[in-house]
Amino acid sequence: MKKYILDLRVKSLEWLHERYVLIKLTDDKPLPEMLPGQFVEVQVVDSPVTFLRRPISINFVDYEQNELWLLVATVGEGTRHLARLHAGDTLNCVLPLGNGFSPVNESEKVLLVGGGVGVAPLLYMGAEMKRRHVEPTFLLGARSSKDLLMLDIFKRYGRVYVTTEDGSEGEKGFVTNHSLLQQEHFDRISTCGPTPMMKAVARFARQNGVNCEVSLENLMACGLGACLCCVEKTVDGNLCVCKDGPVFNIQKLLWQD
Amino acid sequence: MARLDVKIGELSLKNPVMTASGTFGYGLEFADFMPLDGIGGIIVKGTTLKPREGNDYPRMAETASGMLNCVGLQNKGVDYFCEHIYPQIKDIDTNMIVNVSGSSPEDYAECAARIDALENIPAIELNISCPNVKDGGMAFGVTCAGASSVVKAVRERYHKTLIVKLSPNVTDITEIARAVEAEGADSVSLINTLMGMAIDIEKRKTMLSINTGGLSGPAVKPVALRMVWQVAKAVKIPVIGLGGISNAKDAIEFLMAGATAIEIGTANFLDPTISIKVRDGIDRWLDSHGCQSVEEIIGVIS
Repeated sequence: MKKYILDLRVKSLEWLHERYVLIKLTDDKPLPEMLPGQFVEVQVVDSPVTFLRRPISINFVDYEQNELWLLVATVGEGTRHLARLHAGDTLNCVLPLGNGFSPVNESEKVLLVGGGVGVAPLLYMGAEMKRRHVEPTFLLGARSSKDLLMLDIFKRYGRVYVTTEDGSEGEKGFVTNHSLLQQEHFDRISTCGPTPMMKAVARFARQNGVNCEVSLENLMACGLGACLCCVEKTVDGNLCVCKDGPVFNIQKLLWQD
Repeated sequence: MARLDVKIGELSLKNPVMTASGTFGYGLEFADFMPLDGIGGIIVKGTTLKPREGNDYPRMAETASGMLNCVGLQNKGVDYFCEHIYPQIKDIDTNMIVNVSGSSPEDYAECAARIDALENIPAIELNISCPNVKDGGMAFGVTCAGASSVVKAVRERYHKTLIVKLSPNVTDITEIARAVEAEGADSVSLINTLMGMAIDIEKRKTMLSINTGGLSGPAVKPVALRMVWQVAKAVKIPVIGLGGISNAKDAIEFLMAGATAIEIGTANFLDPTISIKVRDGIDRWLDSHGCQSVEEIIGVIS
């Protein structure tokens, strides 16, 4: 897929919660094709502390409105800087990067499992599945109800099940404890979230013979497969999360435990 | 339009801008963003005789105006390069230069000899300055005897333009430069990364898997510029300058300090088209200052 460097315009910036901000970007020209699970390297300008671009997963692409959505958790100086953008500002983006989730075939029953801000790429994945007439099921986990992001929008595309660690919404506990996993069989799980959560999901998938892919977020510099900083150990040796990933089938990873 | 072409030994560059090894892949990764044949040369990823897995993750830490890396020469080896990568890059219309590393003089020489056989690779850059591998790399680049032994072994088996990339992690870089010149190097490039370190104070752990790494980016530019100036006065062979170059002004500083050509490294990560912009910026500066040729400004700082 052809990659671009674009100066996108901030259309709106909406705080979903004290730590999460939804940035909607647009351009005068139609946005290029992007796949669910791919990401964008955004430039952080005028920050005295940061240096490199920040990789942010593609939350949603609205081709009708010509919008690219980025859901950003303000975890460090770079992301906090992004959260200070205003409507009308430009954001320099290199996109689309990485491989994305593997395409779904029509007969597959797919569960999309997200945790925290890791739910971000699953929205676009679910929307693209729905567009291809494959209904996704979402299982979304968070610390508490206020950390659950964009639930109303997820519900437009499929069934949504929720866990919270404090029990303030949905079932109490982790996503891997949800009763849904005992009640229904899925052919495939695609997951994105904190590494311990993804490892637990991968363990469940392995034990139950479910095809499973995970989206990794190793620290990266170039985003293009040039610097070899973001590598993950795989059965094929060290692979770049930015270029060979970020999505890997768990059979490729050395996550056996 | 001033003339931008320069010569590094026998090697003709259409302009003095190249991309540094390990920051530009094999060039192909950047083909969507810029015309690869628009720059004077592309120095591809460090290549060794045998495949190398490199160091464990994490390999990178962001720092003030720069970054540390400890990739450790991950590559699939020279045979894989010759068979699978060379066919993809051999027709790119610029100097495709291979960065060569090793763990013994014999390793370096054998790897160089195999690349000597590739028609469209007109030069190699010998990496005797990688700070991130235990066996070899910088071990050869920090003493005159070590540097000489590698260059001597390679020179016997490599017949095209031989560039030697120097380490800044030495007491006197001009001594090393003179030593490799004496063994027949056609050019020296400098600087490789400066050894550094970063610590995560919450985890009480170093940020890099092998604790230390090489610092690059604008943070190192003044140090690099000083070393280029010193080396350019110490040797007769052309010097290639690199270290934190992020724009045309930086590049012109290196040219004025005595570099015949420059390499852009870490800045490629921030703007994948930066090398073309630097070329155009040098061109515009020369025009606006009434220069007929880039050679007029090379080494003007005495």
